[in-house]
Amino acid sequence: MAARKPVRWHIAVFLAPAVMVYTALMIIPLFGTLFQSLMNETEGGDRVFVGLQNFATLFGDALWSDAFWNALGNNAWFFVIHMAVQNPIGIALAAILSTPRLRMAAFYRTAIFIPTILSFVIVGFVWKLILSPIWGIAPGMLDAVGLKFLFAPWLGKEEYALTTLALISVWQFVGIPMMLIYAALLSIPDEVIEASEMDGITGWSQFWKIKLPLILPAIGIISILTFVGNFNAFDLIYVAQGALAGPDFSTDILGTFLYRTFFGFQLQLGDPYMGSAIAGAMFGIILLGVCVYLFGIQTRLRRYQF
Amino acid sequence: MTKTFKLALLTSTLLGSAAFAETTLTIESWRNDDLTIWQDTIIPAFEAQHPDIKVVFAPSAPAEYNAALNSKLAAGSAGDLITCRPFDASLELYNQGHLADLSGLASMANFSPVAKSAWQTDDATATFCVPMASVIHGFIYNADAFEALGIAVPTTTEEFYAALDKIKADGTYIPMAMGTNDQWEAATMGYNNIGPNFWKGEEGRLALIAGEQKLTDPQWVAPFAELARWKDYLGDGFEAQTYPDSQNLFTLGRAAIYPAGSWEISGFNTQAGFKMGAFPPPVAAAGDTCYISDHTDIAIGMNAASPNAEAAKVFLDWVGSPEFATLYANALPGFFSLNATPVEMADPLAQEFVSWRSKCQSTIRSTYQILSRGTPNLENETWNASANVIRGTETPEDAAKRLQDGLATWYAPQQ
Repeated sequence: MAARKPVRWHIAVFLAPAVMVYTALMIIPLFGTLFQSLMNETEGGDRVFVGLQNFATLFGDALWSDAFWNALGNNAWFFVIHMAVQNPIGIALAAILSTPRLRMAAFYRTAIFIPTILSFVIVGFVWKLILSPIWGIAPGMLDAVGLKFLFAPWLGKEEYALTTLALISVWQFVGIPMMLIYAALLSIPDEVIEASEMDGITGWSQFWKIKLPLILPAIGIISILTFVGNFNAFDLIYVAQGALAGPDFSTDILGTFLYRTFFGFQLQLGDPYMGSAIAGAMFGIILLGVCVYLFGIQTRLRRYQF
Repeated sequence: MTKTFKLALLTSTLLGSAAFAETTLTIESWRNDDLTIWQDTIIPAFEAQHPDIKVVFAPSAPAEYNAALNSKLAAGSAGDLITCRPFDASLELYNQGHLADLSGLASMANFSPVAKSAWQTDDATATFCVPMASVIHGFIYNADAFEALGIAVPTTTEEFYAALDKIKADGTYIPMAMGTNDQWEAATMGYNNIGPNFWKGEEGRLALIAGEQKLTDPQWVAPFAELARWKDYLGDGFEAQTYPDSQNLFTLGRAAIYPAGSWEISGFNTQAGFKMGAFPPPVAAAGDTCYISDHTDIAIGMNAASPNAEAAKVFLDWVGSPEFATLYANALPGFFSLNATPVEMADPLAQEFVSWRSKCQSTIRSTYQILSRGTPNLENETWNASANVIRGTETPEDAAKRLQDGLATWYAPQQ
C-alpha cells in the first residue's frame, strides 16, 4: 500500500490571505447587492422579498426602461468609440515605439502614458476648461488656423457630448493598450522577424502578416479590459456633466444611472433596491460580455509557442 | 497615600470626562462656501458663551451632500448636527429616525409657522430642524453697465426685453449670464424665479398640490415660453457654460444681467469691481401684484444617534436666538433670517432683496413641497425640462406636458 500523500497545507495557507481579502471586499458585497435587488420595502418600511419584481419594473415600466435602454445605448457607443479609436491608436503607437530607429522613444512612451495616472477629476476639469466656449483654448486655437466655424460647445450639445467625453477618455487611457501591445511586440523573438525578412517580408506586410497575429491575444485582453472598464465607467461623466448626465441625458451611462437611483439626487431620494437591480443588470451585462469573449473568442485565438 | 491619590486621580479622570470635558459637535453641511464664516465668526461667538462645547463645521460639496449624508447616517458615521435641506429630503430623514424631534426646543417659539413649514411633518405636529435662512430670487445687474447704456431698471416684461435688446445691440456686454450645462440654474434661477408672477405665487402652488391646476395650464407653461425667449440673450456656447462660468462672466463685468438667487450676494460683493443692483422678476403690466420666490432653504437639526445630544440642543437653541440671526444674516448677506425678530442688515444689495418682501407676495419654489416625492422626481425633471427649453430642443408645451404626465403617474390629486 502506497503511503498517502501528505496534505499540502501550505497551499491553503498561502492562498488564505488573498481569498479572505477578495471575499470580504468583492464576493460578499457582490452577493449582498444581488440579494438586495430581490428585496423591496413595504409602505411601513419593512424589508420584504419580492423576487424579480424590481427587474420587472426596470425592464417593464417605461419610466425605468427608457432610462435604462438610453443608458445602455450610450454605454455601447462609449465602448464603440474606445474600440474604434483607443485600441487602434494604441496599437499604432506601440508599433511606432517599437521601431528601433525611433529616437526619444522613452520620452514619448512616458508622455503618452502619464494621463493614465491622472485622476478623473483633473482630466474632467482640464478638458472642460480646454473646451470651454468662454475661457477655453480650443476656440482660440481653431481660430488661429482659420477653422473657428468648426467650434461648437461640444459638451453642451446633445449630438456631440457623449462622443466628446468618450474621446477625452480615449486620450486619458490610450497609454494602456499602447504599453500592453508594446510589451507583446518586444516579446516577439528576433529569429521570427529575421526569418520573415529572409523570406522578403518587410515593412507593412511584416506588421500585418507576422507581428499582428502574434499580438492578437494581447489585443483580445485589451478589448475585454476596455469592455469591463467602459461598462463600469462613471467618474468622467459625473465630473464633467454631473449626475443628471446632461444635456437631456445624452451622456447618461449605466454608472451615472445607477448612482442617481441608488444614492438619490437633489430632491430625489435614493432607492437602494432599484439601485441594486440596476447594479445586478450591469453585472449581468458585463458577465455576458466576458463569457462571450472567454468562450467564443479566446479559445479560438491561435497561440504560438517559441 | 500615593495609592489613594492615584485612585482618586483615576476616578476623577473617569467621572470628570463625562461631566466637564469638552464636547465636540460636528456640523454636516453643503455650504462649503461658508467655511470661513463659520470658523471665524459664528463658531467663535458660540464657543465664547459655551467654552465647554467645541464646534467643527465639516461641509461637503453641494451636489454630493444628500447622497453623502444619507450614506453616513445609514452607516452611523454622520456628525451631531445636520444641515437640513427643505421639505422631503429632511422629512424622510426624520421618518427614518435619523433626525430628532425638536418641537420642544425653547427657541422654536421665535419662528412663524411658515418659516417652520419646510421642516415639519405634514400635520405640523413635529418640527425637526431649526430654520436658519431663506433665499430670494431675482436679477442682479451691473449698475455701471446700465448707466453707461442709459437703461432704466426694468419693472415689466416688456421693459425687461427692451433692456436686453439694447444691451445686445450695443455689444459690449453679454445681455444675460446663464448656461445650461449644470441644468439646475435653468430651473432654479429661471423657471422658479420668474414663474411665481405667472402662477400667482402661493395661490398657484397650492392649487397645483391640491390638483386644481395642472402643469399644462397656461400660467404654468408661460414661464417656459419666457425661458425659450432667453436663448437669444445668452452668451456664445451657453450650452456648455457651467454655473461657475456664469458667476465669473458676471463678476468680471462681461455680462450685464445675472438671474440670481440672493445667496450670490456675498460672493459677488468680494468678486465684482463694479456697482451692482437688483430687481425682482418683472411683471406683465405696470402695477400688477408682484410675486417673489422667498424660499425657505436652510435649517439645522440634530442627528438622533448623536452621543452629544445635550450639547447639540444647547447649540440649536442658540441657532434659534436673535443673536445668531443677526450674526448669520450679516455674515452671509443674501441668506435672510427666518427669525421673527427683524434683523438689521448692513449690505445694500441684501437690503434691496429683502425690501421686496414688503411690496411683493412671497412664495416658495413650486416643486419642493410634496410634489417631488415620487418617481419621476418633479424637481429633477424640471431641471431637465428648463434646460431643454432654453436650448430650444423641446417646446414649452412639450416640456410642460412631459412634466404633467410624469407627475400624474404617481400623484393622486393630479390623476
